[in-house]
Amino acid sequence: MVIVGAGEAGACAALALRENGWTGPVTLIGEELEAPYERPPLSKTVMTAAAEPGAPVVLGQSLRREKNIEFLAGSAAIAIHRAAHLVELEGGRQIPYRKLLLTTGARARRLDTAGTSQLLYLRTFADALAIRARLLPQTHIGIIGGGFIGLELAASARQRGCKVTVLEMAPRILMRGVPLEIAAKIADRHRAAGVDLRTGVGIQAIEDAGNRQAIVLVDGAKVACDGVIAGIGAIPETSLAERCGLKLENGIRVDERLKTTDPDIFAAGDCCSFPHPLYDSRRIRLEAWRNARDQGALAGRNMLGAEAIYDAVPSFWSDQYDLTLRIAGLPDGAKATVARDLGDDVQLYFHLAEDGRLLAASAVGPDSKIAKEIRLAEMLIARRQRPNPDDLARSDVRLKSLLAA
Amino acid sequence: MTWVEACGTGDIDEEDVIRFDRGDRTYAIYHSPDGKFYATDGLCTHEAFPLADGLVMDNIIECPKHNGRFDYRTGEAKGAPVCVNLKTYPVKIEAGKVFIDLG
Repeated sequence: MVIVGAGEAGACAALALRENGWTGPVTLIGEELEAPYERPPLSKTVMTAAAEPGAPVVLGQSLRREKNIEFLAGSAAIAIHRAAHLVELEGGRQIPYRKLLLTTGARARRLDTAGTSQLLYLRTFADALAIRARLLPQTHIGIIGGGFIGLELAASARQRGCKVTVLEMAPRILMRGVPLEIAAKIADRHRAAGVDLRTGVGIQAIEDAGNRQAIVLVDGAKVACDGVIAGIGAIPETSLAERCGLKLENGIRVDERLKTTDPDIFAAGDCCSFPHPLYDSRRIRLEAWRNARDQGALAGRNMLGAEAIYDAVPSFWSDQYDLTLRIAGLPDGAKATVARDLGDDVQLYFHLAEDGRLLAASAVGPDSKIAKEIRLAEMLIARRQRPNPDDLARSDVRLKSLLAA
Repeated sequence: MTWVEACGTGDIDEEDVIRFDRGDRTYAIYHSPDGKFYATDGLCTHEAFPLADGLVMDNIIECPKHNGRFDYRTGEAKGAPVCVNLKTYPVKIEAGKVFIDLG
């Protein structure tokens, strides 16, 4: 069993192969040098830790030895020879596979603007260390992109005593996927922390200004910075799949069992698109820690013949300052929103379809307050329930009591 | 043996958990669906998130932060990302009060 891509999804797949009884070889191939690590801490604790931390490893040497998982670090897979069932690595080594899993992830989208050679991006641990080195007290950090990467980095940079400007192109941050009230609360929290958050702003160019840089806005205004980070999205890594003729569609195209157009090749995590059974088989691609873990594990089972369908409720979280934003499910297409007051100015929003089905839930607040409620909402979503909106709104009706058997 | 009173039996719903702090230590007290009481360390072994903010399902406590799961009767870590077991403490009920043995 061979896995190309040694991130969260690949690591979980390797472990799942062993957990589900595979005793033959398991080879996990990664381009990066570090042992498989998880990415969420890169924008948070890796930035804010007092002393420079190591990578947040999830499948270290002793666990790999215990589970007999071969890990090839710093190894680029350059071709898949499907008929021969071989993965070719840079340097010529060929690795035979019975089943192959592609967990190649995504790369940070590059800003396509004049003068962008000095920009920093965040995807890998190496990227994180390069950014961390710039987050010194009193330095001015410019962040292009008011998405989750940009906002988490803004919070971390503030914590390190940097001056921070966040520039978001859209009229507000987090336009898609969260209610206006949640986006507003998060924007307020950043401003209260001293972040200069500007929305509706376009970037014209990045200029060198001595050993500083100036972000030139479309209206001609300039923001002088000591470092500029762009967090403007991620592009799935599909070139290996494309070159060997696998079908692509917003990533490597897989079915509900995470199988590609080749019956012996699977894909999971940030790199793949799949039809979601809870959402009318709408084809989606998720960039989330839970999805990478759950899909990696399910792909591992299916490589051994399980034929399991992936139908986990999409689950996402973002930590910024003392707040956590959580979204369960996909709110797109919701026709009604019901709010539940959790106290202390924290609201939980339920997003309902036209027929009353609960599609998604979202909240922002201290995680101790919202995590369990979102988890219960996730269970209501998984069971395709149509909860009574009044029950959802009333804080004296426990969500647990609404769960159908 | 150091038996410490943690709470009243009526303080925890069935299939639920509450937090109990003593000094600088945090514990979690559980009321199982079949009416028994259990106690464990109160912080997740993964990233120290308070378990009492999590969900009890049958004999499992799920940490709300990253969904790590433990069997609260034995402390056994049951699902990634948790891999270190929780410490458990003996529990006795006397006169409607839950006592835990802190050793």
